[in-house]
Amino acid sequence: MINYNVDSDGIATITWDMPDRSMNVLNEASMTAFAEAMQKAIKDAAVKGVILASGKADFIAGADLDMLLNVDTSDATALMEQFSQLQRLFRAIETGGKPWVAAINGTALGGGLEICLACHYRIAADNPKAKIGQPEVKIGLLPGGGGTQRIPRLIGVMNAAPILLEGKELKVQEAKGLGLIHEVVPPGELLARAKAWLVAPGTEKVAPTWTKGVQLDARAVQPWDRPGFKVPGFPGGQVWSPVGVQTFIGGNAMIAGKTWGVYPAPKAIMSCVYEGLNVPFDTGLKIETRYFVSLLRDPVAKSMIRTLFFGLQEANKLARRPQGVPKQEYRKIGVLGAGLMGAGIANVSARAGLEVVLLDRDQASADKGKAHCQADVEKDAGRGRLTKEQAAEIVARIKPTADYGDLKGCQLVIEAVFENRDVKAEATKKAEAVLGSDAIFASNTSTLPITGLAEASVRPANFIGLHFFSPVEKMPLVEIIVGAKTSQETLARSLDYVQKIRKTPIVVNDSRGFFTSRVCGAYISEGHRMLKEGIPAAMIENCARMAGMPVGPLALNDEVAIDLSYKIMDQTRRDAEAAGQKFEGSGTEDVLELMVKKLERFGRKNGKGFYEYPSDGKKRLWPGLKEHFRERADLAHGEGPEKREVADEIEKRLLYVQAVDTARCLEANVLTDPRDGDIGSIMGLGFAPQTGGAISLIDQVGVSKFVTECDALAQKYGQQFAVPQMLRNMADKGESFYGQASKAKAA
Amino acid sequence: MTDAYIYDAVRTPRGKGRKDGSLHEVTPTRLAVTALQAIRDRSNLDTALVDDVVLGCVMPIGEQGANIARTAAVMAGYSETVAGVQVNRFCASGLEATNMAAAQVMSGQSQAVIGGGVESMSRVPMGSDGGSWPVDPAVAIPMYFVPQGISADLVATKYGFSRDDVDAYAIESQKRAKNAWDKGYFKKSVVAVKDQNGVEILNHDEHMRPQTTMQSLASLEPSFKMHGEVMPGFDAVALQRYPEVEKINHVHHAGNSSGIVDGASAILLGNREFGEKAGLKPRARIRAFASIGSEPTIMLTGPAPASEKALKRAGMSVNDIDLYELNEAFAAVVLRYMQKLGIPHDKMNVNGGAIAMGHPLGATGAMILGTLLDEMERRGLGTGLATLCIGAGMGTATIIERV
Repeated sequence: MINYNVDSDGIATITWDMPDRSMNVLNEASMTAFAEAMQKAIKDAAVKGVILASGKADFIAGADLDMLLNVDTSDATALMEQFSQLQRLFRAIETGGKPWVAAINGTALGGGLEICLACHYRIAADNPKAKIGQPEVKIGLLPGGGGTQRIPRLIGVMNAAPILLEGKELKVQEAKGLGLIHEVVPPGELLARAKAWLVAPGTEKVAPTWTKGVQLDARAVQPWDRPGFKVPGFPGGQVWSPVGVQTFIGGNAMIAGKTWGVYPAPKAIMSCVYEGLNVPFDTGLKIETRYFVSLLRDPVAKSMIRTLFFGLQEANKLARRPQGVPKQEYRKIGVLGAGLMGAGIANVSARAGLEVVLLDRDQASADKGKAHCQADVEKDAGRGRLTKEQAAEIVARIKPTADYGDLKGCQLVIEAVFENRDVKAEATKKAEAVLGSDAIFASNTSTLPITGLAEASVRPANFIGLHFFSPVEKMPLVEIIVGAKTSQETLARSLDYVQKIRKTPIVVNDSRGFFTSRVCGAYISEGHRMLKEGIPAAMIENCARMAGMPVGPLALNDEVAIDLSYKIMDQTRRDAEAAGQKFEGSGTEDVLELMVKKLERFGRKNGKGFYEYPSDGKKRLWPGLKEHFRERADLAHGEGPEKREVADEIEKRLLYVQAVDTARCLEANVLTDPRDGDIGSIMGLGFAPQTGGAISLIDQVGVSKFVTECDALAQKYGQQFAVPQMLRNMADKGESFYGQASKAKAA
Repeated sequence: MTDAYIYDAVRTPRGKGRKDGSLHEVTPTRLAVTALQAIRDRSNLDTALVDDVVLGCVMPIGEQGANIARTAAVMAGYSETVAGVQVNRFCASGLEATNMAAAQVMSGQSQAVIGGGVESMSRVPMGSDGGSWPVDPAVAIPMYFVPQGISADLVATKYGFSRDDVDAYAIESQKRAKNAWDKGYFKKSVVAVKDQNGVEILNHDEHMRPQTTMQSLASLEPSFKMHGEVMPGFDAVALQRYPEVEKINHVHHAGNSSGIVDGASAILLGNREFGEKAGLKPRARIRAFASIGSEPTIMLTGPAPASEKALKRAGMSVNDIDLYELNEAFAAVVLRYMQKLGIPHDKMNVNGGAIAMGHPLGATGAMILGTLLDEMERRGLGTGLATLCIGAGMGTATIIERV
């Protein structure tokens, strides 16, 4: 696991090479082994210096998240002790009296970078794939191995900020430019260069803080342990300098503003830096550990790790793929409809190396779709993300046409035509006429039930829903909808396609609105309901952001188009009437009718929605809203603290209305796994990531408490908060979603 | 309870708080000494009768540090038995010092105390003392810290004051201040600052711009727009505390906000017995005073609840007050106060305020109390209320009545 070797010049090389893993990670076993090797190197008088190296393609990928996810957080004192050990271990490297060099051959992230920072010198191989950074903040944590203390002391607070607070990953050359790495050398020379630095005779001696005046080879002493050390960037190295004070005042505002107060980690990181730079280095490490433990004990970190790391990883590995179906290799696909969605699908497919037939009703429309792809690809080429050749190849893979005959040989055809059953049925028939018998036909419908659409198909077993999100290039999710007759083989092969184009799939069963559109609708409707209640539109939108949503429900409705919401509602109503059923609306149909029928405000598409879109500036809420939805005076003009309670309730409603609907999807078997609900809500709807997703939210609150709160909300605001029986049963039995899931996994 | 009376009030003129301001060459200790000597000499006061000197100072570091009140009392040549204490209630420090002085008298623990304040903003700039409130992430973020200018713009946005409204208010302040100076209304209390040879350095408020017009103000860029909207983006912080606001309308600028100036003030308070001993006639009685805390992000709405609290204690209502002084930290602060309490503009800051004459932070409270008393006497009115908005969300108010 950790190889230890001393050469004839007295240079010890400690090589990380964990068996049965493609990447080195920090966990209990590896840390124990490393600690042993480290002690050996420090104690052995024959050892003059130490090289820290990796036997893998990369250096160290970071801490083992499995360990962090499963750590017992009940005892803060025990956690404090556990994670102080890591600090002591790293601190022992830099206070052992011998120079250490980190030979960074590839990616060094999180704890993997922190161990390098504890070395006195850092040499990186010129590896363009290597990523250097502290990504902890992205999963609700902070660098707990000294990163918040060493990085600002090394490169200053301003330079450290994007690395620590945003988890920005650096290329080795960037890291060198900032002073995080001392040297970048050709990969083949890495170890030789590390050794050369160690065996060169030391020229300078200093008395570090920890030897009480005894002088040492300066190469074995970190900057912060040298007498007179000053934090770079601050005059005199002082936090309490004018520059230091302004840095923190501005930084605090930026964190609060950018995160809308949602995430605990950036605040904790900022505090580690501020408090740590006011005290000696060792005290700073202690402060860092205290904040690290506080984040670990906050449910946000565990929720984020579970969904955004493990959940995402499983989804991308096609955890939901039926077994026993050979993997489908894709070469050629067809896309029907060259509008924004169709062109986007063609674009991402061509970028993944597939031949794409992009078909529309006439050549000009098809060409327009291809032009969209071309512009997008060329933009990336202009930014240096693609070479000119790559860009040209991608564009050449897309064949725009109006001739269904060109679909011949396509292994998969995705229709993205007008959201109308007849139009879709016609497209299905025309395509199937030229497709091979094993080709898959997929619909990109966002709301129409797949089983119904499949009636137009001659082979409904090969008919499936592939619901992309707009803009396709940016949105990472594809919602796969399994119709009543869709075969498991078709599902498996469709998953292969989603993986090929590097999107994240979730699998849902057929139902009106499936999962994402339905929950999105519930969110928007709640926004409409709040408007009707007299809550100022700005308050609805701002509270949504404070709840962690990327956009408020009114802004979202403007984006998806209010007239589309109206049409979907209208279609649902007609379908219910046609089937002789009672239409179960949201109770906010009048808002859609007012906006669409009376005011002709369709959203961003006609420049008139809940917002207005002045050509000369930023969008702003339409002032006319106040005439149609009278604002509650206590909220619009009041100044008392009671407003805070209203805001808290608004935040809660906007999240709970989606969470309870997601739970209903589980009960109705639209979703079959809570993880799909979590991944789908975050990746498809931008649902508050700090919760870990719409289902994790329920676990975070506690099922029983969630039920009680929803009951109260249902009484006050309506049936959109009605709790499914499944949740009540879970509450009665004291169950949770992930308690069950992990139990099932263990069994 | 013993009554506390005001026997006299003085202030220095206000010099521009910049390197080219007339009082920049004068140390803050000297400014405070000027006020303390003036109040002694005008009344022929035996300072051995004074128990304490309470001075407000908002940046009590550097040459304003180490308890400037005690230093100034000694340097003013007061009896060495006179104690000194410096207090910091941010912008209301001068009034708070006066209230604390009054409280000592009212409680019977002192017979005479001087309240007042000093601030040389040109020599010890705002922000010099740091503080965890804006700087420490564990404090600034949960407190939704924004600078006062953002708060003032939030007041304007939330309570509907346009750029024209605040600019018009500023012009009226300039006009009223000019009129008061021209007619000599401030003469009674302003004592010139002189050098060691007795040569006058400054004898008038030099920050005033009576020529200001709506047009000249219109050319000024809002001061807090960039900090609010771009770097570092304080508006987004304020909106989280005030989510009902879509966008902050940045209306304040140097022309409709208080001026940065240097100056000092002193008020002599005592019980009736002291007046008899010193041969002085009381000018007014302290009727009530109060300080309150209010929401810290909007920060500047404290004067109304502070006034209401003091009025209640005095058994009075808004209409029982003949004249008001509210420090003109920002135009919207005064507009909101008048809107909230229903006070007509002709009872409010009748001789102008800090927009015209400046706001020497630690000294202002006692300055406007003195201004109020002078004007009550000139007009023959009975009651007055002085109040200030305060950083971090507070308000202090004092009600006086003539005797």
